[in-house]
Amino acid sequence: MNQSVFNRWASETPKIRANIIKMIHQCASGHPGGSLSSVEIIYALFAKDGVMKHSPSKVNTFDRDRFILSKGHGVPALYAILHAVGYDITESELMTLRHLGSRLQGHPDRVRLPYIEASTGSLGQGASIAQGIAMSYKLDKNPHRVYALIGDGEMQEGQIWEVASSAVHHKLGNFTLILDYNKAQIDGTVKEVLNMDPPEKRWEAFGWNTLVINGHKYEEIVQALTTTHPEKPTMIIAHTIKGKGVSFMESNIVGWHGSAPNDEQCKQALQEIQQNQAIGL
Amino acid sequence: MGKTASRKAFGEALSELGDKYKNVVCLDADLSKSTMSILFKNKFPDRFFEMGIQEANMIGAATGMSFSGKIPFICSFAAFLTGRFDQIRISIAYANANVKLIGTHCGVGIGEDGYSQMGLEDLSIMRTLPNMVVLQPADAKETKEMVEWSINHVGPVYLRLTRQGLKDMNMDKFERPGIFPEVKKGQKVAFMACGGVLEYALEAAHNIAKEGKIDPAVFNANCLNPIDNAFMSMLANNFDEFIVFEDHTINGGTGGMIAEWMSENANRPKRVRRYGIRNIFGESGTPEDLYKFHGFTAPDIEKFAKKYLL
Ligand SMILES: Cc1ncc(C[n+]2csc(CCOP(=O)(O)OP(=O)(O)O)c2C)c(N)n1
Ligand SMILES: [Mg+2]
Repeated sequence: MNQSVFNRWASETPKIRANIIKMIHQCASGHPGGSLSSVEIIYALFAKDGVMKHSPSKVNTFDRDRFILSKGHGVPALYAILHAVGYDITESELMTLRHLGSRLQGHPDRVRLPYIEASTGSLGQGASIAQGIAMSYKLDKNPHRVYALIGDGEMQEGQIWEVASSAVHHKLGNFTLILDYNKAQIDGTVKEVLNMDPPEKRWEAFGWNTLVINGHKYEEIVQALTTTHPEKPTMIIAHTIKGKGVSFMESNIVGWHGSAPNDEQCKQALQEIQQNQAIGL
Repeated sequence: MGKTASRKAFGEALSELGDKYKNVVCLDADLSKSTMSILFKNKFPDRFFEMGIQEANMIGAATGMSFSGKIPFICSFAAFLTGRFDQIRISIAYANANVKLIGTHCGVGIGEDGYSQMGLEDLSIMRTLPNMVVLQPADAKETKEMVEWSINHVGPVYLRLTRQGLKDMNMDKFERPGIFPEVKKGQKVAFMACGGVLEYALEAAHNIAKEGKIDPAVFNANCLNPIDNAFMSMLANNFDEFIVFEDHTINGGTGGMIAEWMSENANRPKRVRRYGIRNIFGESGTPEDLYKFHGFTAPDIEKFAKKYLL
């Protein structure tokens, strides 16, 4: 992969961010902060020329890599990206987020929307489900990989640390877990609520192939996603900014976990996202 | 008149009562702004414990605190708290630990977040546990009464609370669990309703009564455990038909409890109709859309009851 691919992705990213803002604004509820922080991570997996081997036509097969969004409340990012890369979700369907009857539930629902790998929303569970997919791929000698994204608040759940020991024991070299290390949760910063630092030392101590990157830089993300170990599962600690791309969210990361922008804020956010695109940020 | 969410009434009550009851402590799992335990936290920072997103550990730690003289209130969404059933079952209930469980965001009334955040099975599972008192207030005053009752009761209590505002139903007094307050007098037919649905069941009952054919009584079915046999016998002696309205699965909840009791104990056969979430999962939508979709508005209830009873 070369710089021109990263440049192309960077030029496509603002559209994704704008859709996230519009989706959350139109239903006046949802989680902007943690959706915006994970955009580059998820897009590097799904984008054209991205890391994951997948295609809309292969949804019902095992001939593909898999991505599980364990931090299910960040699902607007995933919907916007699935739309951007050609899965059958139109822009007008994006704007049905959280409406009665919509396939786009407030948290991922794999029964309603077949492109969703796991129904999540109760934190901690998606990581285990991802581990199970990796176990069966390994059993079948299926060469595909499994990726899962967790939050840094989510990392407090005991179930995450059950995965931390279990995936190493089962030698799941085909499993990559990514930490959206945005430093905030609901009741405060992660440091205030229940400090989990330093994550890299913890995951290393559990036996993971551990990498630390900037989670908004495509080059670093791709480098990390393609650095694997034959026997060890990989943990990518991705430093991110909660609310990335919208200044008033970035400067109040706790406040924008789960509140929707009003009309005025939505307008300002969309303007900023557009400006950032113009100056190539 | 303004409505008050029972979670808000809980937060206010606990922070008021904290002065009088010095042994009360409060734990939350990264949802204090939603469960409203933040009101207690602001007033008694030393007696509030932020446990992070660790519901199972919170249940265990609270049990330990109760074994050392404290009266812990543990707070999260009903779905996540009762989701740790094994910990509740063994650490708390089996040991008769003096822990008060606060499950907020019950029912489809929470709206847009969708099924994963909705407490829809919590009553059914919690009422299987022998020591567990299972309560659901129908307005702000009753919530406050129940919080104080819980502090004085030795043993575990589960309190089921709403995200959405509840109308004042004049529930001024909560004396003991098992006696359902009568909200409207009536004959032959009794509507048993709880939590956020009570208001609409009452409105429907009044409309039905106006037509002069049926005159349903309405009770606030605010407790699933313990069961008061004398009170239930009174119901059985006075009514032939029961319709039970709840923002909860119909399987094993309030309707389940009443149907079980009537089929075992009533002196002659009764018909008990359960009315709630019927073998489907919840989903996203505005609270108003969801109440319409599940038939919880007063016109829906009225239409159903007339068709069912006439
Ligand atoms: C088991 C469980 N407990 C509580 C919640 C409520 N909740 C939703 S998001 C959240 C905070 C998550 O923080 P983090 O994992 O850091 O997510 P991010 O910052 O990436 O949005 C909480 C506590 C939940 N969804 N699941
Ligand atoms: Mg976070």
